[in-house]
Amino acid sequence: MNTRNHYDVAIIGAGMSGLAAGIRLAHFGKKVCIFERHNATGGLNSFYSIGGRKFDVGLHALTNFVRPGVKGTPLTKLLRQLRIDRAEFALCEQKQSRVAFGPNGETSLRFTNDFAVFENEVARQFPKEIDGFRALVAAIKTYDDVSLEVAPISARAVVRTYIKDALLEDMLFCPVMYYGSAQEHDMEFGQFVIMFKALFLEGFARPFDGVRVILRVLLEKYRQAGGERRMKCGVRKILSREGRATALVLDSGEEITATHVISSIGAPETERLIGVATDAAPLEAGRLSFVETISILKCQPAALGWGSDTIVFFNDSTRFDYACPGEALDVRSGVICIPNNFDFGPDRQLSDGIFRVTCLARYDQWAPLAEESYQAQKIRCFDNVQRSARRFLPTVSDAALSEATITTDMFTPRTITKFTGHIGGAIYGAPVKHRQGRTPLENVYLCGTDQGFLGIIGAMLSGISMANFHILQKKS
Amino acid sequence: MTKDECKQVVLDIIADIAPDEDLSNVKPEVRLRDQLQLDSMDFLDIVMELRKRHSIEVPEADYQHLASLDSCAEYLTPKFIALAAKG
Repeated sequence: MNTRNHYDVAIIGAGMSGLAAGIRLAHFGKKVCIFERHNATGGLNSFYSIGGRKFDVGLHALTNFVRPGVKGTPLTKLLRQLRIDRAEFALCEQKQSRVAFGPNGETSLRFTNDFAVFENEVARQFPKEIDGFRALVAAIKTYDDVSLEVAPISARAVVRTYIKDALLEDMLFCPVMYYGSAQEHDMEFGQFVIMFKALFLEGFARPFDGVRVILRVLLEKYRQAGGERRMKCGVRKILSREGRATALVLDSGEEITATHVISSIGAPETERLIGVATDAAPLEAGRLSFVETISILKCQPAALGWGSDTIVFFNDSTRFDYACPGEALDVRSGVICIPNNFDFGPDRQLSDGIFRVTCLARYDQWAPLAEESYQAQKIRCFDNVQRSARRFLPTVSDAALSEATITTDMFTPRTITKFTGHIGGAIYGAPVKHRQGRTPLENVYLCGTDQGFLGIIGAMLSGISMANFHILQKKS
Repeated sequence: MTKDECKQVVLDIIADIAPDEDLSNVKPEVRLRDQLQLDSMDFLDIVMELRKRHSIEVPEADYQHLASLDSCAEYLTPKFIALAAKG
């Protein structure tokens, strides 16, 4: 078995979860190789350059931020498990974020990395609900959200037992859903708990140089631990016999073997690679997809009056509708991110102004378009997305924004599929998660978004948990 | 290997696993969990680092012996001595 092309563990995908799993396994002496179809690591959480300018994609903010000294939270666990010194990420905290609802954001709940700010905002604007809100928070704090064995329950149903005002209910769900829910309309309560803690009880931060800092740290740890990596080297097929994977067929046609396989590419996507004919219906793919616009500005956003908000979750309608739109785009709700508004310290600012907006989109209205129509639709949608979002920020005239804009770009559901391989541009993967990471093959395990820990910290913890649970904790 | 050296081995491992913990005042007779914030993931790492660095195997049934520095020393020192004798 111990030939040159045999690995203890083959990992499919060099995103956050695959890299984290790889670091653990390589650190403890496993012969590991990560196979990545693209030339870049990070999956959707990555960056690219156009005309010498670096664009971040995916990550708005690293969630789960806690200050040094706070222990037992996902960020601390992650740093310990990967032997990362928190100074290596050099995280800078958000200034403030908001949930803004109503046609022009009439009801707005401010929050920061200090939970008391959010609690006071709820008490001030929803005085009748504050007791219920506090009881909900207490229930969230004691819920065992990382258990690998839980029965799914509806988060909407649980939250409604505490919160009676539909507006507040929707305002709590909007950020939580936008930052991680793969399910339309509702989510599993455990997932809600993970995200509520990550966003509100913990908080937002980012390295000055964005997501590339996190990727650089992960890659360096993986390299130091002796892990191998093969880029532009996708896995086309998983061969199996009697319920076990026997070999991986690479895009080049080359075959490699591994004792264990960890797949970070998603549950339905992994099932496709396995391709076993079973009587069961194929796993359902996710339907939730996004577009995101990005504008690079020649001034700091503060110069336009946009200097306060780091992230704004908005919705203009009576109810918040987190679902696959009937058309290409749904601009009624979305997320604004202004990365300049992290607190980078008194003497430091990002060189360009950046204004990003995310909205829900429908994959099948983008995927089949011919290149020309695709580009035309992008231009049309770009304008709709930004116009909608700007209602929730201090007014800036079209002329002033256009004067300040150096360049723009946009990702669509098509981009998501290109970089993640997710069927249907599903940003957060499939609606049904697999906590134990099991697949039809006994030596193939899932990690990443379809295992069900959310956010980038969640993704990394997912890789760690699955490497521990399926491989490192087993008798060698 | 003396018992004190053995305790130092364990402390060195904890220092690498949990650099955010203050280890200057760890009481050897008190359970590690009661004076440091270590969870089950951290204890698993102590076991795995023992295997990686010192080729010491701790079967799951014996994890209880890693509760305090004193119990670690009682349990691990004979293993270190046996290993040295073999090597």
